[in-house]
Amino acid sequence: MALTLQFVPYDELNGMEPEKRINRLLDIVKKDKVILMQGRLKPSEEAWLIQKTMEHVSKSFRGIELCTIYPENPKNARLVNTLKNMLVKFLVGTRDGLTIIGPATVIKEIKRNPDKIELLTNIK
Amino acid sequence: MLKVLRSFLGKLSKILKKKKNLKLGLYGPPNAGKSTLANRICKDWLGEEMSSVSAVPHETREVIVKEKINVENNGKSLSFNLIDTPGIATRIDYEDFLKFKMPKTKAKERAKEATKGVIDAIKWLDDMDAVVVVLDATVNPYSQVNITIIGNLAARNIPVLVVGNKVDLKKSDLKAVESAFPQYDVVGISAQHGNNIQEFYEALFKVVK
Repeated sequence: MALTLQFVPYDELNGMEPEKRINRLLDIVKKDKVILMQGRLKPSEEAWLIQKTMEHVSKSFRGIELCTIYPENPKNARLVNTLKNMLVKFLVGTRDGLTIIGPATVIKEIKRNPDKIELLTNIK
Repeated sequence: MLKVLRSFLGKLSKILKKKKNLKLGLYGPPNAGKSTLANRICKDWLGEEMSSVSAVPHETREVIVKEKINVENNGKSLSFNLIDTPGIATRIDYEDFLKFKMPKTKAKERAKEATKGVIDAIKWLDDMDAVVVVLDATVNPYSQVNITIIGNLAARNIPVLVVGNKVDLKKSDLKAVESAFPQYDVVGISAQHGNNIQEFYEALFKVVK
């Protein structure tokens, strides 16, 4: 079985209502595809995604694995960088970063340390 | 003018209500020790436990409220309603419960209840006045669930105390929890054995004020 990655550009979701955005992401994941989304969801949308995921849990859909990567390393971020990032985020919204969302039946675990990510799959 | 007055009275009543019935929530991933900490607090100040605990994940599948807990520390007192919430997870697989030798029907039932528990825990976030995020200090803290919980609390301006639980275990790494959430007060405890519990109460006073 092959692992399918679907890239979702920021602009594809940006104009959508939050509910539609979450449903769109869940629709893709429920087709056993792993989403690579440009940017990230707001905290409230992430919480909503978890809630919606729980509503959809069934025999064939066991939930999701979720991981957001930020471009800056907070460990090394200096004040100037932090302020710069804050301003950029304010101007461009949540376009920066990358969000990985995969179905739990395909993605066993996403291991994240500050500077690396490991995708462990159930694919044999 | 009437609108402004109504809004002010609304805010005032909210503040008064908040001071009277402060809601302190325990949040975190499954099996981090939220219910063990809830029991520790209740045992210390009420002399009785409030939740059942188990090694099987998602033991708490409903929000449990214990009212009027009065904690005293250094001559100050803090009164709150303690809310023990189900662990927040992004995946729930009934087969995970089978590993604990649970019958299939029971495992499926538990999984179904656990999904509802996660939904309820998230819904209750809006009602909290302060939250203790309980993390298992033996587990990598860089999980999206932890980040989502803390991000949502920050977005709502809810005061947060991060607890690294199970510091009595050799595998525990409180430094990892501290470096994952440098902007928050982090206290390492063992809710089961009571290690550092005094430090926890002191930090709670500092965070809730």
